[in-house]
Amino acid sequence: MTYEFLQTYWWCLIALLGGLLVALMFVQGANLHLGNRSLSDAQRRVILNATGSKWEITFTTLVTFGGAFFASFPLFYSTSFGGAYWVWVLLLISFVFQAVSYEFCHKKENLLGAKAFRIALMVNGLLAPLLVGTAVGTFFAGSPFTVDKAAIANAAAPVISTWGTGWHGLEALTQPHAVMLGCALMFLTAILGDLYILKNVDDEHIHAQMRRSIRVLLIPFLALFVFWLVILLVKKGFAVSDDGVVSLEQFKYLHNLLQMPVVLVMLLAGVLLVLLGLWKGGFTKSRNGIWLAAPGTVLVVMAVFFLAGFNNTAYYPSNTDLQSSLTLINSSSSYFTLQVMFWVSMLIPFVVAYIAYAWRAMDRTKPDLENGAGY
Amino acid sequence: MDVILWSRLQFAMTAAYHWLFVPLTLGLALVMAVMETLYVVKKDEFWKKTAQFWMKIFAVNFAVGIATGLILEFEFGTNWSNYSWFVGDMFGAPLAIEGILAFFMEATFFAVMFFGWNRVSKKFHLASTWLTGIGATISAYWILVANGWMQNPVGTTFNPETVRSEMATAAAFWEVITNPVAVSKFFHSVTSGWVTGGMFVVGVSAWYLLRGRSRKFALKSALVGGIVGLVGSAAVMLSGDSSGVHAAEFQPMKLAAAEGLYDGGNGVAFTVVPGIKVPKMLSILATHKVDGFVPGINDILNGYTDSDGATEPSVAEKMEKGRAALDALALYRSLKDTDPVAAAEARFVLDQNVRYMGYGHLEKPQDVVPPVKVVFWAFRFMIGLGMLIALVLLLSLWGAWKNKLDKMKWLLWVAIICIPLVYICGQCGWIVAEVGRQPWTIQGLLPVDVAISSLSAGAVKTTFFVFLGVFALFLAIEIRIMLGAIRKGPAEIEED
Repeated sequence: MTYEFLQTYWWCLIALLGGLLVALMFVQGANLHLGNRSLSDAQRRVILNATGSKWEITFTTLVTFGGAFFASFPLFYSTSFGGAYWVWVLLLISFVFQAVSYEFCHKKENLLGAKAFRIALMVNGLLAPLLVGTAVGTFFAGSPFTVDKAAIANAAAPVISTWGTGWHGLEALTQPHAVMLGCALMFLTAILGDLYILKNVDDEHIHAQMRRSIRVLLIPFLALFVFWLVILLVKKGFAVSDDGVVSLEQFKYLHNLLQMPVVLVMLLAGVLLVLLGLWKGGFTKSRNGIWLAAPGTVLVVMAVFFLAGFNNTAYYPSNTDLQSSLTLINSSSSYFTLQVMFWVSMLIPFVVAYIAYAWRAMDRTKPDLENGAGY
Repeated sequence: MDVILWSRLQFAMTAAYHWLFVPLTLGLALVMAVMETLYVVKKDEFWKKTAQFWMKIFAVNFAVGIATGLILEFEFGTNWSNYSWFVGDMFGAPLAIEGILAFFMEATFFAVMFFGWNRVSKKFHLASTWLTGIGATISAYWILVANGWMQNPVGTTFNPETVRSEMATAAAFWEVITNPVAVSKFFHSVTSGWVTGGMFVVGVSAWYLLRGRSRKFALKSALVGGIVGLVGSAAVMLSGDSSGVHAAEFQPMKLAAAEGLYDGGNGVAFTVVPGIKVPKMLSILATHKVDGFVPGINDILNGYTDSDGATEPSVAEKMEKGRAALDALALYRSLKDTDPVAAAEARFVLDQNVRYMGYGHLEKPQDVVPPVKVVFWAFRFMIGLGMLIALVLLLSLWGAWKNKLDKMKWLLWVAIICIPLVYICGQCGWIVAEVGRQPWTIQGLLPVDVAISSLSAGAVKTTFFVFLGVFALFLAIEIRIMLGAIRKGPAEIEED
């Protein structure tokens, strides 16, 4: 195994985890219906329980995504988390509230009332995809930071990665291209949520609502995503030369797409699957749209990560100091660590298998709310 | 106050808060698993209802536990940017294993345990209950490998190209995952969780007995809780003993601070409380030899020679070497592309002094002394409360065994009071471990003030108070929900 192979392998895994995280955010999307006035209170409770048995896997995927980034590309973790402070803190707080809301929501001792925790779940439903999407958007838009590894020997200012603005991440919200991806993701996860509820809950009225919701959300999602993609393909990108020098290159991401046909195929297949899933959910009687749209989402997100990181591209570019930009080569863990983690990652299929087994066993029957087994 | 202090306060608060939920998760998981096993083996509905009651408590506690776990993970990056680059390569593999092996196990099987009573088979459910607890325990191992490495950084090489600690060989990896500090920390932490879970169950059962409610449920719960807690207590004492030996070997300053020992020597006495000493006892505990050498704070500051004849340089000397290392690092990095010969010389100087590199960041030798009073008293409270709790568990278990615990009114009251005490005991333990190693995030390599992110004090202060508010709110709600569930009691259990 070469160092380069391992760095590539781990970027693929990060991309896969990112894709799974976005697809599993159907939990966040579905929770937006907790405030849907055209559903009865009991129906909203059913939705709460439908996401309630899955949210921990989404949450754990987030934890693992963060952990994998820390482990395989620690310079990204130290630069982005320590720099774009407010973005990560906001994301964190929204997830922390989500984690307790299920448990607290329908307990009479919860001090704030059920409504407050439903609102917390809905805020998480909007903020989580918006912030994750915007953060991924900065992979292409760039962020204001500098990296100087020699700083650690400097007593006066020992921090290696420093951020260029006092906004510490919130400045990303002024980058239209990055925010566009965040918004597109928000609509996509909302649609995935509809598709999940359609599959997981047996209720004609709820089904009708979900199909209607899909038909409405479809338009802004497609508009934003296509617009974002077009801009991406014509904008300047952050190219890395063989000796590690970063420069701006017109049409860089278009070049990446054309020079990596596999990624092009992934992107097209992913988009096609998502569209098919939307069509099935919104315009046919089928309840299985989620099985097309979710894998499609994983493929699209992976393709986006591949465009950002492969083919000599800086995946976390700095627009204040180009040469501080993070590449797979200059930000990764050592050869040996990546190799150990490579062997550990061989266990992933086993993990996926037992999750699938447990979910199948659980989904054979619907939640039994009368016996107290539910939120 | 500056950003370093606010970052430390924020992390200390989050870690301490996280540790309010983790030990109960670890302990209660075992208690429930034993109860559900009794249900499956004896086919007695009583045990099912009993296990289900404790699971309700477990679920409330579990949610806050994982939420605060995520905060800790994020704070490594957000508030300790330099640290997360410096250690990323060392923690990569352990964290990957934790994520893949433990987190998904916990999350998947918790959902089965919570939702699955009527959806999966009895045996699958039982397996899920055990796997939830096993997942939590495996997770504890790998995160304590990370913590243990910070206390005793083994298996690492400093790489001046990347400016971080790196793991270079399989032998190094093996050293990291079998780090003796990590191993004893793991047993000490997990079994202290059993004590917490056991004491919690016994204390709550005591309340039922005092109220004359659910007698059979309470006595049987106290029996299982008492056994789990007592086994935990014994294991905590054994692993605590090896923790002491490791502190003496790898972090003598922590031990000296915990003992308030300024001038050490051979055959040192153990201070029970100021004024009461047991001759030779500290030497016995720390070195397992009657006349073993234990250095005091002044010895460490001034340098010493131990009874084996090994010499430890003074802190001033270490600082000098540390500064030489940092200067050589800066020189190496400025010359490596232009003047390979001079760079190689700088690298040689760096390699000579690198093990003291962290000392180069210190301002004065006194900086290596942690807050002695805090560590000294936290250590005494930990041990005192731990012994009290072990005694209460033993008596309660005896009472439950003899079926007359409900007659021992005074013991029931003590058991209830011991619920908050067992939490204080665990917190004191972590204060000894973490305050005792100040000023180091990584012993000898990276002091706290170099580990931080480049943030303003105001930003961290703001998030500190936000988290403080959130934590207080969650704690208030969690306690209310737990009290509500306890007041309501277990569902329709047949009492004989």
